[in-house]
Amino acid sequence: MSATGIGAAVRRKEDQRFITGTGNYTSDISRPGEVRAYFVRSPHAHATIKKIDTKAAEKMPGVVAVLTGADLANDKIGGLICGWAITSKDGSPMKMGAHPAIAADKVRCVGDQVAVVLAETLTQARDAAEKVKVDYGVLPSVVDPAKATAKGAPQIHDVAPNNQIYDWHLGDKNATDAAFAAAKHVTRLDIVNNRLVPNAMEPRAAIAEYDAGNDSLTLWNTSQNPHVARLVISAFIGMAPEHKLRVIAPDVGGGFGSKIFIYPEEVVALWAARRVKRPVKWVSDRSEAFMTDAHGRDHVTRAEMAFDANGKITGLRVKTIANLGAYMSTFSSSVPTYLYATLLSGQYAIPNIYAEVEAVYTNTAPVDAYRGAGRPEATFVVERLVEVGAREQGIDPAELRRRNFIKSFPHQTPVIMAYDAGDYNASLTKAMDMIDYKNFGQRKAASEKKGKLRGIGFSTYIEACGIAPSQAVGSLGAGVGLWESAEVRVNPTGSVEILTGSHSHGQGHETTFAQLVSERLGVPIETVSVVHGDTDKVQFGMGTYGSRSGAVGMSAIVKALDKIEAKAKKVAGYMMEASADDIEFKNGTFTVKGTDKKVGWGDVTLNAYIAHKFTGGQLEPGLKEGAFYDPTNFTFPAGCHIAEVEIDPETGKTEIVNWVAVDDFGTIINPMIVEGQVHGGIAQGIGQALLEGASYNADGQLVTGSYMDYAMPRADDLPSFKVDTTVTKCPSNPLGIKGCGEAGAIASPAALINAITNAVGHENVPMPATPSVVWKAAQAAAMKRAAE
Amino acid sequence: MPTVTVTVNGKPHTVDVAPETLLVDLIREKLRLTGTHIGCDTSQCGACVVHVDGAAVKSCTMLALSADGAKVTTIEGLANGATLHPMQEAFREHHGLQCGFCTPGMIMTAVDMVNRKGSNLDERTIREELEGNICRCTGYHNIVKAVAAGAKAMKGGAKPARAAE
Repeated sequence: MSATGIGAAVRRKEDQRFITGTGNYTSDISRPGEVRAYFVRSPHAHATIKKIDTKAAEKMPGVVAVLTGADLANDKIGGLICGWAITSKDGSPMKMGAHPAIAADKVRCVGDQVAVVLAETLTQARDAAEKVKVDYGVLPSVVDPAKATAKGAPQIHDVAPNNQIYDWHLGDKNATDAAFAAAKHVTRLDIVNNRLVPNAMEPRAAIAEYDAGNDSLTLWNTSQNPHVARLVISAFIGMAPEHKLRVIAPDVGGGFGSKIFIYPEEVVALWAARRVKRPVKWVSDRSEAFMTDAHGRDHVTRAEMAFDANGKITGLRVKTIANLGAYMSTFSSSVPTYLYATLLSGQYAIPNIYAEVEAVYTNTAPVDAYRGAGRPEATFVVERLVEVGAREQGIDPAELRRRNFIKSFPHQTPVIMAYDAGDYNASLTKAMDMIDYKNFGQRKAASEKKGKLRGIGFSTYIEACGIAPSQAVGSLGAGVGLWESAEVRVNPTGSVEILTGSHSHGQGHETTFAQLVSERLGVPIETVSVVHGDTDKVQFGMGTYGSRSGAVGMSAIVKALDKIEAKAKKVAGYMMEASADDIEFKNGTFTVKGTDKKVGWGDVTLNAYIAHKFTGGQLEPGLKEGAFYDPTNFTFPAGCHIAEVEIDPETGKTEIVNWVAVDDFGTIINPMIVEGQVHGGIAQGIGQALLEGASYNADGQLVTGSYMDYAMPRADDLPSFKVDTTVTKCPSNPLGIKGCGEAGAIASPAALINAITNAVGHENVPMPATPSVVWKAAQAAAMKRAAE
Repeated sequence: MPTVTVTVNGKPHTVDVAPETLLVDLIREKLRLTGTHIGCDTSQCGACVVHVDGAAVKSCTMLALSADGAKVTTIEGLANGATLHPMQEAFREHHGLQCGFCTPGMIMTAVDMVNRKGSNLDERTIREELEGNICRCTGYHNIVKAVAAGAKAMKGGAKPARAAE
């Protein structure tokens, strides 16, 4: 392994600008002549818009324009769409309600935009926004997904009777019912997977500029996938032809899924910029972010697991209601279906699985993919059932898992996925050694002496990443292909530019992608740069989410590098008067087999461009190659997290005293970066399990609308983590990469709730397990013990 | 419009500001020093931490006019030319950042922490002192390591903080 190649903990190239304050985030950009945009938003969860009076606002100082949904409709700007079609059990298509970028006749959640004010300064825009008079006809609202389809519930979209978007299922119902009928033991759980607010630290932002000379638009925005944004805004919203729209996502301050989607504000900024012929800048407040960023999770589930007399799982039955909020966000329909039910087999050989998912509208912010997206919800269901099943049957939870692990590969589950490689025993064993599981009893006894409750909990998770084979997702309803693109440009002096369709918003691609090139071409890592996030510079690409940049994005780079090497060998052949077939390339040097002839990388790259030696006109000058890589399968990262907690039964406060994560991500390019991804994922999972929960009151007001009310994990809420890996390489991509971005968030909530329920001796501990929740559970357990 | 005179990263500025202008907006919008970030509107996230007369301040909690006559250091003024401050170097070395958005505030808070608490900081102290700075990427694990290492490096004869003032 070289010091900068694959497997080396190379310090990040991008850090220089971030630690010196010279990064370039969207809100840092200022365009000459720009106006600031401020949105008037609905204070009501559900209301008709009877009338909007903008006259007073228009007269306010500095105001350039006040625009409404009627103006948007007049200009024939299309609405936002969901790009993944789901078909209900009865064969009917999902019921997608209209989602105009500014509401015209009705608002459906608090924060829905009803007008936009453009002014010379932000303060002026804000002041004028207060003068926009909106006459609302307030309607009853519903926020609880379990109540959304009840008789008499307020109707949110006319196209979706009873607020039902789809009623979908996967698996074999009859076989699963038969397995339950024959079961020796059945474990049943009611689970609420709490609604989360993604909270990337950089709030969303958009700057739009119109070039009248070219009749073209440029959008700088906080996007994880600028090409997809351009495609949707062009083809579906009709803003401008694709070649007349440039989307630039510069430095982006975290995404976690929330910046995949196309949002109303960027559409409005583009439209408004063309209308007023000035650049329009919008930057979200954190308060707006809480109301309008797509939220995550929000499932209500009844789950059952059937076991035979030997503790073997014979069936799994799941019924889930998924809250998709007031509108269908870009990929929301796929999250509780193909990203959720397809992972319900976990790491286990489960012969029969049947899942039903009903997606509903409510008067809340749209819900879409958030770190893990469906897979954390699936893991929570499976890992809670297995843990509780073990406790109910008096079997050690690790032992029950081992009895049911899939041990031979490939393994076809009953829910679409074909697992390609893994060693689940290895990660479990390593994690148990690391946390010293065999001496847990002693530690528990020591805690009891102090009056504390100690618990330990497992989560042996699996996820499907490397999203995704285009043909497969197309057959499941996706409106896009999920390949990735790369272009490798070698300059005459030998430096290399990688243009990637992936997008880095914290993942460190500028370093890891350069490591791949450094290793492959034998060039110093300093001479490699990575270009991403600009549709005018980079060929069409699909962006970064679903832990796909390593497995899919880097595979595209490998394909392009293969072509570069082949071409460079031809150049070297001309230089050394040898056949390209006789040229060998190693560590940046080209040699002729069986001779001492050699030329270096820089000589070859220069000759590729001067082309003086290309006799016969057979070889094109230059050294630049592109590639598109479409995966042949998902990848299946898996592993074991074990949480150990100590709880004060008097206060209900949970302290995480030990956390071990052993993950199998296949090949690792940069272990430092991978560990960082695991730490961050665990923190978000602990946040979900212990602290976070988006809460609406019965009137549809967002109660947790700031960092004063929504409990973001702080440094003193979290422990340090013990992180390690086991490796089985992914057989379906050239580097053997599985992906690491979401694992922590997928694995950790179940591990923590399993530990807390183990400590208190009571299974009903809903997330977030705040001190009050845990105290009540401990009290309930104590009362039950006393009654016995 | 009133005028405020501040020295930022060693350079004096006299600027006309609306009375309601926050220090962070003066820094970002008027002086175009965009390394200081805004991550919330309730003074909780700490992305906007700068030093005012040697002490860490959330620049969204202070009016620009209140900084009249003050010496302000932002993330852009922490390094000594091309030589990074030891705390900046420690964040890179220990991978204490991912998306980088909270990082300027984290580093400015960390330097202030060392100035107040000394260079021998245990994990509990660091975690408690970071209460006012939110990071969503790192889980704080490597930030804690970076602060501890940066603190030690600051003691080790490296360039003191705020040399730019």
